Amino acid sequence: MEQKNGPASMPKQHQGLPFHIIKRVNIPIWKKILVYAIAIAGGLLLSGLICAAFSDESPLYFFTCLFKGAFGTERKIWLLLLDAALLLGVSMALIPAFKMKFWNLGGNGQILIACLCSYSLSFFLGGKIPEWLLLLLMFAASLVSGIIWALIPALFKAFFNTNETLFTLMMNYIATGIVLYCRASWISSGSAQFPTLTNGILPKIYNNMLPTVVVFVLLTLVMFVYLKYSKHGYEISVVGESVNTAKYIGINVKKVIIRTMILSGAIAGLVGFFLIARTGPGLSGDTTNNMGFTAIMTSWLASFNPLLMFLSCFFISFITRGMSQVQQGFHLTSNSIVSIVVGLIYFCVIACSFFINYRIVFRKKEGK
Amino acid sequence: MAKEVLIEFQNITKAFGSLVANNGISMDVLRGEILSVLGENGCGKTTLMNMLAGIYYPDSGRILIRGKETAIRSPKDAFDQKIGMIHQHFKLIPVFSAAENVVLGVNNGSGYNLKNAKKTIGEMCDRYGFHIDPDKKIYEMSVSEKQTVEIIKVLYRGADILILDEPTAVLTPQEIEKLFAVLRAMRDDGKSIIIITHKLNEVMEISDRVAVLRKGQHIATVETGKTNVQQLTEMMVGKKITLNIDREQVKDTADRLQIVDLNCTNAEGVKVLDHVSFTAKSGEILGIAGIAGSGQKELLEAIAGLQKLDSGSIIFNRPKKNLPVSFFHKTMGQVIALAAQGKFHYEDGTPVDFTGKSKKEIRALVNDGKILFNEDEVMSLRDKTPLQIRELGVRLSFVPEDRLGMGLVGSMDIIDNMMLRSYRKGKSILLNRKRPETLANEVVKGLEVVTPDLHTPVRKLSGGNVQKVLVGREISSAPKVLMAAYPVRGLDINSSYLIYNLLSKQKKDGAAVIFVGEDLDVLLGLCDRILVMNAGRVTGIVDARSVTKEEIGFLMTKTDK
Repeated sequence: MEQKNGPASMPKQHQGLPFHIIKRVNIPIWKKILVYAIAIAGGLLLSGLICAAFSDESPLYFFTCLFKGAFGTERKIWLLLLDAALLLGVSMALIPAFKMKFWNLGGNGQILIACLCSYSLSFFLGGKIPEWLLLLLMFAASLVSGIIWALIPALFKAFFNTNETLFTLMMNYIATGIVLYCRASWISSGSAQFPTLTNGILPKIYNNMLPTVVVFVLLTLVMFVYLKYSKHGYEISVVGESVNTAKYIGINVKKVIIRTMILSGAIAGLVGFFLIARTGPGLSGDTTNNMGFTAIMTSWLASFNPLLMFLSCFFISFITRGMSQVQQGFHLTSNSIVSIVVGLIYFCVIACSFFINYRIVFRKKEGK
Repeated sequence: MAKEVLIEFQNITKAFGSLVANNGISMDVLRGEILSVLGENGCGKTTLMNMLAGIYYPDSGRILIRGKETAIRSPKDAFDQKIGMIHQHFKLIPVFSAAENVVLGVNNGSGYNLKNAKKTIGEMCDRYGFHIDPDKKIYEMSVSEKQTVEIIKVLYRGADILILDEPTAVLTPQEIEKLFAVLRAMRDDGKSIIIITHKLNEVMEISDRVAVLRKGQHIATVETGKTNVQQLTEMMVGKKITLNIDREQVKDTADRLQIVDLNCTNAEGVKVLDHVSFTAKSGEILGIAGIAGSGQKELLEAIAGLQKLDSGSIIFNRPKKNLPVSFFHKTMGQVIALAAQGKFHYEDGTPVDFTGKSKKEIRALVNDGKILFNEDEVMSLRDKTPLQIRELGVRLSFVPEDRLGMGLVGSMDIIDNMMLRSYRKGKSILLNRKRPETLANEVVKGLEVVTPDLHTPVRKLSGGNVQKVLVGREISSAPKVLMAAYPVRGLDINSSYLIYNLLSKQKKDGAAVIFVGEDLDVLLGLCDRILVMNAGRVTGIVDARSVTKEEIGFLMTKTDK
């Protein structure tokens, strides 16, 4: 970056101000962690004050609720882990694509279509075939449908260089539309809900959350190795960084795009499978809980590093879980308060990167 | 003759982050002189002048103009002080005519009056010897014409201090002559001209005084008449260096790469290669000269398998006649197929016939070097991808013009960049970083790459070190054909000569080297033959030892067939 000190990239000099802004060259890791910690603490504090302002409770109570909501009971802890694991799964679906600078905003659609496919198998075949076969079929159908949903924009990108951002986004709406259509045509009672089915449920190990958590934690570790130590991962990085370099060394860019999106879609499909088969099939338009978008945030926060994603996914799930308790404790009726707080914390975390990239120097104590 | 001091820098310091671009610079500019500001890339020449032009503001120090301390906070302030800067990258609006660009943004009370402006432009042209059609649109102009418009633009704003940032970088020798004549005319008219440059011969030719900067510091300002190239170089680099390229006589050449009648049209439908034919020989450096954008890039990319061609052929000759067959380039299947076609003979000259022989026997024969080729191998590289070319066993290396955009991956470290060409080796799905690490170590040591460690992203290295990493990787495979496009662009003198000598070494080792350059002196000193291109056509292939710069300049602009 240092070489690109063109006029446009330079911070403006204001003679009148008592300080100016200088780009940092290096920042020690402890300082970086400190900046993030301060940002998160600041965001939480600000959120506490806002919640307190809308009710009679004290800001301190905000933190009590937050932690109670996330860690209050054993079940709550398990739910938190489950949420974090699912989010981790979706993030793992997105990062290979993101590393390739293929902006896959279609996580939601890929998961939803996988949910629909595995649900429909249980809906139509449940009870008619052995349970293990049903689960196997649901698993395969989820993966294949996730792959198809991811592959369509990938093929267009590879062969016609269409904009993947809009394409994947639109695929979400198509998926939602198909789910709504199926509901209207399959459910004769006119109910707004798909019925919860009793076939196609994964066996419990300890409880019905542990398998999901284990699967996605393992997946994350595998993804870390895949991206960092495999030839495929290397090709993904090269294509993401510079398509010209990739061509120059003879990487088949089309192939890499398609292969990576198949992987991405398959993982999204896997998440869909677990969403349906974990507790017994039930389906609605918001089964995905918008994780396809939340995972974009967690991926960026972790700067596409799978290991850091443990932190970012856990943190976001913690806030979301904790906030539902805060909402109750503070008697806030509107759901939006959760979004406001999450948004505030995002904002603080993103804003603090300014202090990671730049430092402020006051005029009196000039550097060297 | 004591001239009036027009501008005085006093103790100017300017830092970007931890990088101190200008460190306590004090120097002056006189009225009616041509001052060269000389220094290597990144020594702070442009930064210093940008402070005069109102683009940066100094962290500390004072600028005195006509004896008065002046704060220049914007380009407008600079114009008010009659200072105009012509940047390296022109700032013109392509769809406007020359005159429209000139009057743009000028508010002298008389309003927008194109007719008067054209008259003024005409007067200026007469006075200083310009040639420009004020109604011509910018996008129709050559680089040299655009530069003229930029100069008129600042003159029109009443500048009598002109700063030109690397004005000759994109001009042909003839155009440079014209520019210098104009500059001299302006100086004689009492204007002060500052030229930012790192080309020594131009400094000697045009300037009255030379200010030398090194690593952000002002080393000295000397009168051109009282110095010489060697002394200036030493001031610029800080130590004595020898500026010699060892050019050995060509020996044992063989036709290595035959390019026949290449034609290529780009995405905009412009013909970028027009019936290009030539032969690159092993053990020689073939230089390619031409104004930037004459098809050099497309030509090299076509050979490297990155450019789609309309027609033509690219033939690679691998000298194999009477040499043993090996499994290095050929698989067992290929060996059997070629033997069936009667392509091999035994040492005693009898033709090879494998009928009735087991694979084991054949393997033993080949490994013992008993099977020889009848003829050289000839293969077509046209319409092959870079990977296919490599799979044919053709060791073709390419140092592209855009180092970080094509040759390397900026965010990856040196080891991962070393791996770009070789990461596929082996059957494992995982990467093996051991060999690339050894290679990275060798390159860093051998080419004196300055880097904190092997894990630094190459983007953070300086231009010269980035180039060393790239060239180091490309020559590590002992290439049979080595192509390098502008390999010293942006490099300091030391690094440049290191690269020249690496190319010479490759030539000595028998590679066919193709070198695209812009500095004609270097082309003349380094190459054995020079191919000149203009507008996608080969306008001449000349002997580098006997040709003159002017002849090449003539070929660079030759348009008729």
